[in-house]
Amino acid sequence: MKTTSRQLPSFKPSRRWLTPGAIAVLLAFAVVFPQQVAKDNVWNLFFLMCLGIAMGQSWNMLGGFAGQTSLGHAAFFGIGAIITRVLWFHGTPFFLALIVGGVAAATFAMIIGAPTFRLRGAYFAIGTLAVAEVLRITIAQNQPYISTMPGSMIAEYNLPSRYWLALGLAIATTGAAYMLLRSRWSLGILGVREDEEAAQATGVHVLRHKLLALGLSAVFMGLAGGVFAFKQISYYPEAPFFPTFTFEALMIAYIGGLGTVSGPVIGGIFFVVVRERLAANLTDVHQVIFGALFVVIVLLLPGGLLEIWDRSKRLALRVIRR
Amino acid sequence: MQSFMQTLVFGIFAGAIYGIAAMGLALVFGVLKILNIAHGELVMLGGYVGFWAFSTLGWDPFLSLIIVIPAIFIVGLILDRIVYRHIVRQLGEEKIKNSLLVSFGLGLVLQNLAQALFTGDERSVQVSYAGEGLNIYGVLLPWTRLATLGIVLIVTLALHFFLRKTYPGKAILATAEDYESAELAGINIGRVYMMTFALGAALAAIAGQFVTFTYSLAPSIGMTWTLKAMIVIVLAGTGSILGALPAGLLLGVVEAMAGAYLAQTYKEVAGLVIFLFVLIVRPQGLFVRK
Repeated sequence: MKTTSRQLPSFKPSRRWLTPGAIAVLLAFAVVFPQQVAKDNVWNLFFLMCLGIAMGQSWNMLGGFAGQTSLGHAAFFGIGAIITRVLWFHGTPFFLALIVGGVAAATFAMIIGAPTFRLRGAYFAIGTLAVAEVLRITIAQNQPYISTMPGSMIAEYNLPSRYWLALGLAIATTGAAYMLLRSRWSLGILGVREDEEAAQATGVHVLRHKLLALGLSAVFMGLAGGVFAFKQISYYPEAPFFPTFTFEALMIAYIGGLGTVSGPVIGGIFFVVVRERLAANLTDVHQVIFGALFVVIVLLLPGGLLEIWDRSKRLALRVIRR
Repeated sequence: MQSFMQTLVFGIFAGAIYGIAAMGLALVFGVLKILNIAHGELVMLGGYVGFWAFSTLGWDPFLSLIIVIPAIFIVGLILDRIVYRHIVRQLGEEKIKNSLLVSFGLGLVLQNLAQALFTGDERSVQVSYAGEGLNIYGVLLPWTRLATLGIVLIVTLALHFFLRKTYPGKAILATAEDYESAELAGINIGRVYMMTFALGAALAAIAGQFVTFTYSLAPSIGMTWTLKAMIVIVLAGTGSILGALPAGLLLGVVEAMAGAYLAQTYKEVAGLVIFLFVLIVRPQGLFVRK
């Protein structure tokens, strides 16, 4: 991950307004626009963007900051979804159910994290993929029937409440990623990513830092799963365990810019808009184009969209100075 | 006892297919040092070529191996030229991660292409002699399964002979061991990588052809087979190519036993448990001599 060297956000005095300004504009847009248009497809689109941002941030905490490529995030998403939904349907207040779902995902992550982190790189990826897929198959065989909201819940269903929750989650996740990066822990986590041996030698407890990143990542992925379970009226219980959710989270982090806080936000917006456009126009093959697009991004643009921004900025500076 | 033997035998037969699928993945992992998540998609494509040969040409599934193998070998060559060639030249950690990501994306492409071309319906090949076989003291050994096991053993031996005794095989092993020295010794490692990848794809295709008449075929089966192959190569140990066969047999037997004596729905969990157990206790693998 040496290509993405923007680690700590730096604020130059002259442009101190830029980041808060951008955040304020983005937030104002996210709050005002859907309310003004007030159409179901706009609520939906904005919901998906927020969910995508939350998932991308979550994956990025582990994959971008700590450098541990997980291919099993769908497991955390699925656990969050299934636990939130079951508790909620059985009369638990929704927010309590949501939090229990997030905690359950993190607990599960800790259980599988300890053995799989004994292995580096590829094996961690294999281990997480194996765990997620086995979980999916087992859920599919044990819960083969579609899960539908009870009639009373459908009666009081409204899209805006789903969107506000997703927006809240996106903000919370982005905030958490920012705080994590500004905290003391981030030094250890980034150190583990750059060079595990060197970090170990300078006294960083490697496993503890990896587990911290994994745990935080899993909590937010689990919460995202809970929000998904809150939004969907009916789906097969295995659906949130599909590897596509892992892929979505990972792709958003990659497209935006791995290891940055703003990357997943940009990636999430870009990803969802492009996907929805492609899905609307080319229903059958949109996944094909998407997969191909991702392959091209990994091969040609390892820094994501932020790299285009950085490159063009550097180019502009060079032109000005001349 | 009889049902125990029957479970054991069927476990071995299933394990033979896991073994050959994993051997292809292990070969690619060991030589190119990349992890191909799209390996299961190659199994799936091989299955579709075999299904096509059966449904349009009416060929016996064992006969159609002669077109399935070259077809997917060529697919492997093309994929290596278009995609994997760009990754194998990267270094270390970066290379393995990028290979995971790229092949994940490629798997998505192949799966959805198959979905668009062949529809999502489940397919399978039924041969006229499907139910027949040897009956030894009440334990049934179907011909199809025996032939599968036989072909897997022959292919394993042939691969062993190829890697140890022939010049191109030795070049592959030399590249696996130290690609820089191999290159200095005059081996065209670009070509070795290409051939190895295609060989791995061909092995996946053989497994795919067995899937058509043992299980059923659908565009979405790829991930399941990638996963099985990965569990097997972790069990076998990194760098152990032929160790994939005994490890595959082990996984097949464990799954069959768990399915018969614990619960059918938790069959997959048994495989996962031994996978995690081996990761913790013996991360270098079961079939590696140190």
